[in-house]
Amino acid sequence: MNTIVAPAVPSAAALSVPGFWRRARHHRSFVIGAVLALLLLLAALVSFVWTPWSPYEMDMANKMQAPSAAHWLGTDAFGRDVASLLLVGARASILVGVIAVGIGLVVGTALGLLAAARRGWVEEAIMRFADFSLAFPAILSAIMMTAVFGAGIVNAIVAIGIYNIPTFARITRASANAIWSREYIAAARACGKGSFSITMQHVLPNISAVLIVQITIRFAIAILAEAALSYLGLGTQPPQPSWGRMLSEAQTLMFQQPLLAVFPGMAIALAVLGLNLLGDGLRDLLDPRLARAR
Amino acid sequence: MGLFLLKRLATLVGTLIGASVIVFLVLEILPGNAAQMLMGPDASPDAVAALATKLGLDQPAWTRYWHWIGGILTGNLGDSYAYGSPVLDLILERLALTVPLAVLAMTFTTVLALVVGVTAAARHNKMGDVGLMGMTQVGIAIPNFWFAILLILVFSVKLQWFSAGGFDGWGEGVLGGVKSLLLPALSLAVVQAAILARITRSAVLEVMREDFVRTARAKGVSQRAVLWLHVLRNAMIPVITVMGMQFSELLAGTIVIENVFYLPGLGRLIFQAISNRDLVVVRNCVMLLAALVVIVNFVVDVLYAVIDPRIKASDI
Amino acid sequence: MPLLEVNDLRIGLQTQRGPAEAVRGISFSLERGETLGIVGESGCGKSITVMSLMGLLPSTAKVGGSIRLDGQELVGLPEKAMCQIRGNRIGMIFQEPMTALNPVHTIARQVGEPLRLHRGLSKTEARKEALGLLERVGIPDAASRLDAYPHQFSGGQRQRIGIAMALACGPDLLIADEPTTALDVTIQKQVLDLIQSLVAEMGMALILISHDLGVIANSVQRMLVMYGGSMVEAGPTKAVFAERAHPYTRGLFAARPVLGAPRTGRLATIRGSVPELVDLPRGCAFAGRCAFTAEACYTTKPPLAMKPSGHAVRCLRLEEIAAQSAVPA
Repeated sequence: MNTIVAPAVPSAAALSVPGFWRRARHHRSFVIGAVLALLLLLAALVSFVWTPWSPYEMDMANKMQAPSAAHWLGTDAFGRDVASLLLVGARASILVGVIAVGIGLVVGTALGLLAAARRGWVEEAIMRFADFSLAFPAILSAIMMTAVFGAGIVNAIVAIGIYNIPTFARITRASANAIWSREYIAAARACGKGSFSITMQHVLPNISAVLIVQITIRFAIAILAEAALSYLGLGTQPPQPSWGRMLSEAQTLMFQQPLLAVFPGMAIALAVLGLNLLGDGLRDLLDPRLARAR
Repeated sequence: MGLFLLKRLATLVGTLIGASVIVFLVLEILPGNAAQMLMGPDASPDAVAALATKLGLDQPAWTRYWHWIGGILTGNLGDSYAYGSPVLDLILERLALTVPLAVLAMTFTTVLALVVGVTAAARHNKMGDVGLMGMTQVGIAIPNFWFAILLILVFSVKLQWFSAGGFDGWGEGVLGGVKSLLLPALSLAVVQAAILARITRSAVLEVMREDFVRTARAKGVSQRAVLWLHVLRNAMIPVITVMGMQFSELLAGTIVIENVFYLPGLGRLIFQAISNRDLVVVRNCVMLLAALVVIVNFVVDVLYAVIDPRIKASDI
Repeated sequence: MPLLEVNDLRIGLQTQRGPAEAVRGISFSLERGETLGIVGESGCGKSITVMSLMGLLPSTAKVGGSIRLDGQELVGLPEKAMCQIRGNRIGMIFQEPMTALNPVHTIARQVGEPLRLHRGLSKTEARKEALGLLERVGIPDAASRLDAYPHQFSGGQRQRIGIAMALACGPDLLIADEPTTALDVTIQKQVLDLIQSLVAEMGMALILISHDLGVIANSVQRMLVMYGGSMVEAGPTKAVFAERAHPYTRGLFAARPVLGAPRTGRLATIRGSVPELVDLPRGCAFAGRCAFTAEACYTTKPPLAMKPSGHAVRCLRLEEIAAQSAVPA
């Protein structure tokens, strides 16, 4: 069926190897990704303390300006400073990412671990549910949910988060199954350990590397989804700045100030790119085959 | 081959039936009385009840489900709450735009991805490979609607080669219609192509390690001929799998992209219907999407058997 | 002029632990119609040597020395010219028949491919020729199975198809790299006999690689024993089998299980294990594992000592060894 998950489960032990940070420093993808991801985080954190201008302050006299010394990235249709809007918009992206991925991680991983531990009809049921949920285009479900339950960042987060559950469930189950079939698990059971403690003490730590990589990838996808929903008007609502909504506003002004459409999109792209590269880098670095070689 | 097809067809029908049940049930639990929504918050309860009866909303779920399925089979999908016109006509009208759009986008995706993926694999670990893979990383990170806006900026605003949106219909001639669909199709294609290119590249690299590639070279086949004649077909299995999965992404993408370009297609219809709580339209459109996805999976399965002769033999 | 002349062939490979010499100065020659066997353990460089004849080494490999086919130098030959030689003047059969054929092409297409490539035959012409070839290699009911796929054939049959492909253009030289190792014992003899009869019939030269001395004994006129990338002993098969001058050769022969030997005895082995390529001693590759190792063996590469009837051996302590032990029957 799904043969894209690698059979060799990366071990979290690779993280603690002192060589990890040395190798990480030289890994191009990891470094670029980490820098971009940190920039994203920094933007959001800095926005709490300082922004060049207030993102809510309108200045109609100076609307739709090109970048200048006063407004580093220009102003939008209401004279608001674009740079400040971007900084504060980072908050929405991170918030959505963290919570949506968090929902998927907690619930999905629990389901996946359960499926791997219980096997039998429990596993079948969980996997059928996961397969069916994933067969449906995500954006469609998100749109339906936000349109029906109301637009806004909270509902957007829930809609995106719900979608992460089957993804994490599948990945967790596949990796956990690989661990369960290993001999030291059989040894642990022979000592009388119950499924729950085996799961907590042996399975979970060993699949943590796979989960870490998935987290970065799903974070990136969550940011893209939030941007799409906000673009359609279903996500973060005004006056809370959102990169996606900035793009939809910019589209109506394409002929007057094309640059307005460039910067928010670049912010999204750089954030997503950073997270993807970070995920790729982590996947390479945590690969047990490489970890053993050094 | 006949038995194989028959089995697959049976699965197809079964899945469609299951999907219809799920779609119906999911929409059932949505809050908000449709009749209430249409009449507005100030309407009297009697008027709402009357409308509800007229729309058949007071009948038990079971009856409504069968009514709907019967309608699908006879071609009567009911009338839209918002537009008042038959849903079937609405959908067909919109499909006339969305289907060509999807086909165009899929074509671009496939061609781009194969060229980039195979080229990168052929130049494995050299500059060409690294450069192309860097580009695909960027491609994956770009939101498709932003790429659409950028395309509009460059080709409509700056160069004025294309209009910034809208669709005149096929009445003016095929070329005019395709021109309106070009930029939308490209925006849909680029992100998908980036993902598919990476899959293609790794599939090709895997196959190049196989023994029969060495045999082919020992016969005097050149490196390039080996790639295109021997390796590619073997690499297509994972590629086609992903293409099948991408089809549903593509359909979902039309929802956003048709909004960007103001195209009166199926995606836009779904979006508006959801906002309008036009349940009949939503139900039928979602069912259509599900059916399309299931059919595409069927086609992919059949393609497996066409590409790889071993699959027919070992089919259960 | 000999058909094939290999002179001081040296091949360097990139291994995980850095560059290493996989082949260290091998020389041999082959006349038209002559058969040569190459024997040695896994990793001794036999496959790499013949791959270099085909020009199919990885791009990171460095090749030194000379390989002449009918006087034409193959080392450093541009790829396009090499493509015209492969499958055309040199044919090759590989070890694993189960994975050697393309699973999505019919056998008619695969067998006909070299014909279309090198002889410019049309599809129908190539198909006819392919039928003839398949019948010649003993595929039963070939006419009705032209459009069958490899997975529909057994391992032995797939190897026959591989032979048909290698011989399609009537090459001057056939290289068979352990062609029977992966086959059932009962099939092995059939395939070997097939190769031999075809080679004789078409007047081809043959290089047969094997780690199985039994296969070598009856199939080839001359043989070459390799270890650690060097040739340690070479000569007419009968002579090498009779004399076994080199300690390694002696060890190889001693390690064969003998039918009818008492069950209580242990199998003889060569002490130690084959070192990795980067760890091979500079002098004689066998130094350290050899029971007769002297100090000089580690540092000095033994020169080629020629015995009568073209029998050559590389060993510093040749006379002492021959004097010390009589060869067991």
